[in-house]
Amino acid sequence: MTTPPAIEVKNLTVGYEDLNAVRGVSFTLPAGGRMGLVGESGSGKSMTALALMGLLPAGWQAHGEVLHDGVNLVSQSDRVLSSRRGRTISMVFQDPMSSLNPVRRVGDQIADVIHRHNGVGRREAMRQAVDLMVQMNLPRPEQLARSYPHQISGGQKQRIMIAMALACYPQLIIADEPTTALDVTVQKQVLRLLNAATRERNSALLMITHDLPVIAAMCDTVAVMYAGRIVEYGPVQDVFRNPRHHYTRGLLDSQPTMDNIALDGSSRLVSIPGMVPPLQRLPSGCAFNPRCPAATEKCRTEMPELAPNGAACWHPVGAVQVVEA
Amino acid sequence: MSERRPLLAMQQVTQAYSLPRTALFSPPGSFTVLDSIDFDVCAGEAVGLVGESGAGKTTLTRILTGMERPQSGHVLFDGTDIWSADQAQRASFRRAVQMVLQNPRSSLDPRMRVGTALLEPMRSLRIEGDHVKRLHEVLDQVGLDRSALERFPHEFSGGQLQRIAIARALMPNPRVLVADEPVSALDVSIQAQVLNLLKDLVRDLNLGLVFIAHDLSVVAYTTSRVSVIASGRIVEVGQPVELFTRPTAPQTKNLVDAVLTVESGLSGTAL
Repeated sequence: MTTPPAIEVKNLTVGYEDLNAVRGVSFTLPAGGRMGLVGESGSGKSMTALALMGLLPAGWQAHGEVLHDGVNLVSQSDRVLSSRRGRTISMVFQDPMSSLNPVRRVGDQIADVIHRHNGVGRREAMRQAVDLMVQMNLPRPEQLARSYPHQISGGQKQRIMIAMALACYPQLIIADEPTTALDVTVQKQVLRLLNAATRERNSALLMITHDLPVIAAMCDTVAVMYAGRIVEYGPVQDVFRNPRHHYTRGLLDSQPTMDNIALDGSSRLVSIPGMVPPLQRLPSGCAFNPRCPAATEKCRTEMPELAPNGAACWHPVGAVQVVEA
Repeated sequence: MSERRPLLAMQQVTQAYSLPRTALFSPPGSFTVLDSIDFDVCAGEAVGLVGESGAGKTTLTRILTGMERPQSGHVLFDGTDIWSADQAQRASFRRAVQMVLQNPRSSLDPRMRVGTALLEPMRSLRIEGDHVKRLHEVLDQVGLDRSALERFPHEFSGGQLQRIAIARALMPNPRVLVADEPVSALDVSIQAQVLNLLKDLVRDLNLGLVFIAHDLSVVAYTTSRVSVIASGRIVEVGQPVELFTRPTAPQTKNLVDAVLTVESGLSGTAL
């Protein structure tokens, strides 16, 4: 028997009243797999993550199927979801300062998760918490466990968050921009740690970020989101080396790198013209068409589905352009 | 080589903050944030400043823009020390040096129409003249439509808001712009729009630009000279691409090593 996937999302829609931030997203993340969900602000990537965790803000609703561990998370009660959060599915948030409890010692906060889900006593939970802190390469773990969040650095706080997320060997860890709020020099350490720790536990990783290099370093597959839909999906090597969607192409081209800078300062960085459309005024057809260099009449009227070649595009990059009358 | 005539310069600036006493009768300790810093910018030149958080970047900008008085050393604008200048010279300094901050969503008042926000510096700096004409000039320079004046900040995207913040900084017709992480809150696909705008302004208006960022390639793209600051000292100065491809100071090496690129990620050498 094959292992069931860590998570299977089918036609997920997330919206507030009649505005949909996520519009029919489907993907499968195999057990122990590592997928990146990349997109800009307003693409719906964070709302997708919150829907998977059952943590949507008040008034927001999810429709569709999110299959995890044999149940559809979308139709579960808060009670069921809360028994799962931290145990089979857990999340690392962007800003560790606002996601840790400021008035509890960090060691206790890790121990809480273990005590609650593993049914072990307080003392044992605390021992395991310190153990986890050792694995997170935190200095002087016993002493640090007695610190409050404000007493430790941002990188240390994020490692505490990762320790909490890993505490119960979850099948799936969702990391939403885990290093964006950290200093660049600390970013790599935290990523390395998240990488090793998820591999050791064979936890699947869903990495949500706007940062393409982070996805390239951490993930096997990637889904590119634009205006609430997945516009390109495939192995990271294929998608980043030979993007099929013009949006992916544009994102890759606008990455500033040392190699494409002229010494005399004459170089111009590429940007995608225009901006992400607001949900209230999504263009008809392909939502990217007003910014797309290859858009035709068809793109303005018909919405492309995600094709087997990996892109939701009528005129994928590299395809022979058909001149329309 | 012709002699450089810096427009705005810091000479041997040192700044230390005093720490609380550790014991009742012990002398209070002090913490040196900036240590003998030399830093300058000429007209029509873009200079960069990079360093880890806590290295002293913010303190340096605060002193450079006259918001904080250094303990020792001089801040010279057009050759005059701003802390011993007379009132008229001080006033012209305040108009001539303007800042663009990291997050335009928090640096623009959400209840103020963009037109009003753009006029704020004229009011607070007591600048007389035809402000409507100036508004239109500045909007053209940053590539915004005149209809923007009547709208509120929430109606704009991040990239447009940063243009508005730049427009506000340009209103008093400054000669130096200090931009602290002006693109780090923006999406990558529109970062370039703001960076290209800053580059054009330096060239077209002969502005001096001080550009602070943590992304080395963004700094290399925007500036022609960069200083690396670590623990309150400038550890290396040079042409950015050369400096970042062949760093000599260990602190610069650290910054360069921290850079992730798509290519290094795909080839498995990133982590």
